[in-house]
Amino acid sequence: MSRLAIPKTYKLYIGGKFPRSESGRVYEVTSADGTFLANAAKASRKDARDAVVAARSAFSGWSGATAYNRGQVLYRIAELLEGRRAQFIAEIIESEGASPADAMAQVDDAIDSWVWYAGWADKYVQATGGANPVSGPYFNISVPEPTGVVAIVAPQGTGQGTGQQAAGSLLGLVNVVAPALVSGNTVVVIANEAAPLAAISLSEVLATSDVPGGVINILTGSPAEMAPWLASHADVNAIDLAGAGALDWVDLQIAAAETLMRVLPPEPGVPAASLDRISFFTETKTVWHTKGLI
Amino acid sequence: MSFLDYAPAPESTSILALRSDYGLFIDGDFVDGSGTPFASISPATEKQITMISTADASDVDRAVAAARRAYDTTWSTMSGRDRGKYLFRIARLVQERARELAVAESLDNGKPIKESRDVDVPLVAAWFFYYAGWADKLDYAGLGPNPRALGVAAQVIPWNFPLLMLAWKIAPALAAGNTVVLKPAETTSLTALLFAEILQQADLPAGVVNIVTGAGSTGEALVNHPDVNKVAFTGSTAVGRAIARSVAGTDKKVTLELGGKAANIVFDDAPIDQAIEGIVNGIFFNQGHVCCAGSRLLVQENIHDEVVDRLKQRLSTLRLGDPLDKNTDIGAINSREQLDRIRELSDIGEQEGADRWTANCAIPENGFWFAPTIFTNVSTSHRIARDEVFGPVLSVLTFRTPAEAIAKANNTPYGLSAGIWSDKGSRVLAVADKLRAGVIWANTFNRFDPASPFGGFKESGYGREGGRHGLAAYLSPTRTGSASGTDSTSSPDSSSSARKKAAK
Repeated sequence: MSRLAIPKTYKLYIGGKFPRSESGRVYEVTSADGTFLANAAKASRKDARDAVVAARSAFSGWSGATAYNRGQVLYRIAELLEGRRAQFIAEIIESEGASPADAMAQVDDAIDSWVWYAGWADKYVQATGGANPVSGPYFNISVPEPTGVVAIVAPQGTGQGTGQQAAGSLLGLVNVVAPALVSGNTVVVIANEAAPLAAISLSEVLATSDVPGGVINILTGSPAEMAPWLASHADVNAIDLAGAGALDWVDLQIAAAETLMRVLPPEPGVPAASLDRISFFTETKTVWHTKGLI
Repeated sequence: MSFLDYAPAPESTSILALRSDYGLFIDGDFVDGSGTPFASISPATEKQITMISTADASDVDRAVAAARRAYDTTWSTMSGRDRGKYLFRIARLVQERARELAVAESLDNGKPIKESRDVDVPLVAAWFFYYAGWADKLDYAGLGPNPRALGVAAQVIPWNFPLLMLAWKIAPALAAGNTVVLKPAETTSLTALLFAEILQQADLPAGVVNIVTGAGSTGEALVNHPDVNKVAFTGSTAVGRAIARSVAGTDKKVTLELGGKAANIVFDDAPIDQAIEGIVNGIFFNQGHVCCAGSRLLVQENIHDEVVDRLKQRLSTLRLGDPLDKNTDIGAINSREQLDRIRELSDIGEQEGADRWTANCAIPENGFWFAPTIFTNVSTSHRIARDEVFGPVLSVLTFRTPAEAIAKANNTPYGLSAGIWSDKGSRVLAVADKLRAGVIWANTFNRFDPASPFGGFKESGYGREGGRHGLAAYLSPTRTGSASGTDSTSSPDSSSSARKKAAK
């Protein structure tokens, strides 16, 4: 007789903890063929706001860590993911209906992407900043600094059904979260609504990694419901609408204008890994200092 | 007559050959605007200088069409080297006509001639000279090989540094290969129109730069025009917000340089003589009409009384009056509207309980003037500590520890600039790290240079002007969506094929 399996309760990841939604709501996550997989927490406006508070509290520590340290912490995530490849592959096959080969490729790419971004942590400053030759006796240097709290709508969809882009429930998430983290931003991300399992399992990886609680906060539920609250939240500094293409994203951009929030518009599919995505969530700070006359 | 009273030494306006009215500069020529012309007055005398045209939506449309035509047929196909040569020509012409431009600027804007002559106009020339050299080196701008211009840039500039803001906008735009439609501020169009004459002297191809004058509705028509690819705005945060809303959902690239409420932090080990001069320069330069002005003075508590006393002494020696007089330190407030706002916020400062001190100086009978003013006993919740006054009004607050100074400095939705005064290098650098502002001046203030990126955090806007960063704001990478350095993981397919071997 086969052993009776123990299904996992999937919860939110806020401030390094795994709360249920304060609203008590869940929604059904199904496989590509409609089979019930899990009840995921359906995060509310309040959960989103709690996540922003957690992200803000974590900002000073994470942005103040040395670049070398942030790079190691991000690399550690890749190490842990590597050890859980089988779990993520299985979840992607189940929830996206992907072939084993495609699921494996997606997980491998996601891990490699973490490694690629981890390596940028102590390099992007040199690549995008620099010393400025001003006309006068001044030391003058420009360095990029993290923008602050970044809200993200992760790529959506499972690739199933007409007009659906294969968003890659793990790779899509990694390729929007990792670049924001590199410079020291903290993140509130709305996971892929239809295929949230990989995101929640990633939060288990994060919880056992060295990432401080609150640096990454993962919400499952409806982007249409939560994104407007994040776009109009005065303590969010930037919003990545990567996966918001199917929402009323122009309205989100208009809401974000109220606080001059930085807005990255929607992109189809999985955003490519790029230095641009790191730079977009940074602010160039220029420091002048007088030089003495000797 | 004390030793501080100097005989008048006004700069002559005979160097100017102004017309009685100016048209719009579209497609290389001055043309009449379709709106109602308005008078440009000197804020120091309220006398009319000249008449300025108003561009309505149809004029803006013509200007954008001219810019598009020039972009398609001339500017985007010209070599970077030749674009650079035009910019070098412009830089030289600005230098040659520097005195005339300085006089016109002080007459029209109200700023002291010593500032327009020694700061504004030299920086204008420097800006064109700097970006001229970039025009044939765009591959090194940090966007990978062969970056492309964006197209037509809509640029709207403020009245505080009229010609300098024009240079900040036009020089990088042209170097990168864009064409331009620029709208100067309503009260300070004059030097932009003189600049149009310089463009004619430089023989710049028609339509590469177009200048449309008018009020807010002209700017709105320009920014919202469907055929512009880039919007660059310097001005108030309120208008910046409106622009951010109006471009939502479009492909227009935007840079916004908005308001500020900069903290100028003075530690007790600061070189006090320099600090006093720096504080004065920080808030009374250009009558305080500076978005990055050091309008919140944070003084360490144990030196508060000394600093305030010495500030009052120093302010008592400033000479307020005729902007064209070479001895003038404080010129005229740019407009009656701005004067009303400064008065209103200062009155609120008193009502809210802060102590007001105003330098005792004679105010001319005509024109718009506001004597240098300091508020002490200011708390962080006071409006004069939160709202941008944009005038010669300094709010003084105190702190005890560096942590308190940083917390107070960052306690604002703005994040444009900040100052630090201390003789201790390690403290300066540590505090600079913690300040959430785009420009930090340590033991100096209000320094500008074309090689140095300038721009804000938070609600002070986004994007940078100056340096390589300012150039990049007018370019896009040839490959869409990614810069150089995307090779390793950019394509899910490329790396996964290599990985399949390793997979068991």
